[in-house]
Amino acid sequence: MTGTQLKLKTGLADMLKGGAIMDVTNAEQAKIAEDAGAVSVMALERVPSDIRKDGGVARMSSIDMIEEIIRTVSIPVMAKVRIGHFVEAQILQAMGVDFIDESEVLTPADEEHHIDKQAFDVPFVCGCRNLGEALRRIGEGAALIRTKGEAGSGNIVEAVRHLRSVTGHMRKLTVMGHEELMAEAKNLGAPFELVSMVARDGKLPVPNFAAGGVATPADAALCMQLGAETVFVGSGIFKSEDPATRAAAIVKAVTHYQDPKALVEISRGLGGAMPGLDVATMDEKDLLQTRGW
Amino acid sequence: MSKGVGVLALQGDYAEHQRMLARLDCPSTQIRKASQLASIRALILPGGESTTMLKFMQEEDLLEPLREFYEGGGAFYGTCAGAILLARTVTGPSQPSLGFMNIDVERNAYGRQVDSHESFEPCPELGDERLPMIFIRAPIITSLGADVVTLARHRDEAVLVRERRILVSTFHPELSTDTRVHRYFLEEVA
Repeated sequence: MTGTQLKLKTGLADMLKGGAIMDVTNAEQAKIAEDAGAVSVMALERVPSDIRKDGGVARMSSIDMIEEIIRTVSIPVMAKVRIGHFVEAQILQAMGVDFIDESEVLTPADEEHHIDKQAFDVPFVCGCRNLGEALRRIGEGAALIRTKGEAGSGNIVEAVRHLRSVTGHMRKLTVMGHEELMAEAKNLGAPFELVSMVARDGKLPVPNFAAGGVATPADAALCMQLGAETVFVGSGIFKSEDPATRAAAIVKAVTHYQDPKALVEISRGLGGAMPGLDVATMDEKDLLQTRGW
Repeated sequence: MSKGVGVLALQGDYAEHQRMLARLDCPSTQIRKASQLASIRALILPGGESTTMLKFMQEEDLLEPLREFYEGGGAFYGTCAGAILLARTVTGPSQPSLGFMNIDVERNAYGRQVDSHESFEPCPELGDERLPMIFIRAPIITSLGADVVTLARHRDEAVLVRERRILVSTFHPELSTDTRVHRYFLEEVA
């Protein structure tokens, strides 16, 4: 990947900072999200909580639906492909989708290999549960990392776990001696160059967003205070009682995340949040976050 | 004490602008509320999503205070989304704007993200070396008022323009390592 390509890819991710990216399943929802102030929409056929409920194979969304969303909104449009399914990605790039999410929410197409993202002009976002996973995806060419959380759970606990894991490990790297970094790269299963870069800068070489389980403005502000630069909101909006109001509130919470008084006003009169799941009692096989490595 | 420089921090790459200012030894403040405008003399409107920033400005009653700030002698530098917010009229699709600068802009005029690109163009005002220009889903300035001065062009379009106390670029100097546009804003415009 050339320096220019990298700048253009991470550049778009930079433009999305301090915002909320919302899952939408049709053009009408995309319009609601844009009007609420979303910086981008993620087009998918079913929100994660429905994918979880319905079971079966979850694939890239229908072309017609994505095209209708592209025609409807002026903000960037993202769409998901199955892990390893590089042809779905080729199709989305050819359609003019602005960002591709190689996502654990869909059923993986390849259990060993993720997509070679350097081969594409369109930027990719990938999920991670820890620093090693984040750096492997960046090594493959991801221009943006999001912590996975547990999609469709309405429970923030996994997003917090993954964010703390990534930021905590980065802090550790910054105080390590240079001679320790190769062993640490081996432990992390991550490229040495990227490990050295994080040790030097104390942060990822690409933006770091949070996802998975955001249901309230407070959840969004929590992710931001824990070091996320933007939040993805999936089922949390369109599975709540009043999507338009909640969407606008989450957008504001991301900007005013350090201002508890503002968060009081933002959190007023939102109606009911989506119902949540207790991740701790869930069966390992029902977890989405363990997909990909 | 002279007033400082602010970066509008509602959304977008405001941290990258602050990093550029820091490299020029210019401290800066993140601006999120109207009350903070009293402490600054110049404001940068960063790149990001103009629809998102506009919604904040409308809902949090920032439009009028920003007008008062401008009429009271405040200077502006807008990049990309910031340029859209400062323009007189906006198309593609049309949306309201602050309208302080006598330019018309069309949003996402080069196309989608796959059409984002980098270029190096001459800008005599800022020295002999060409200026790196990173265009990300960038707008195009479709017409300029008589008092608007073009400082640099790309593909025959004006991409860095100035009108009195307002500087606008449709590209993102803050994503490069070249500090000349920010220096020009601080020394010549603000």
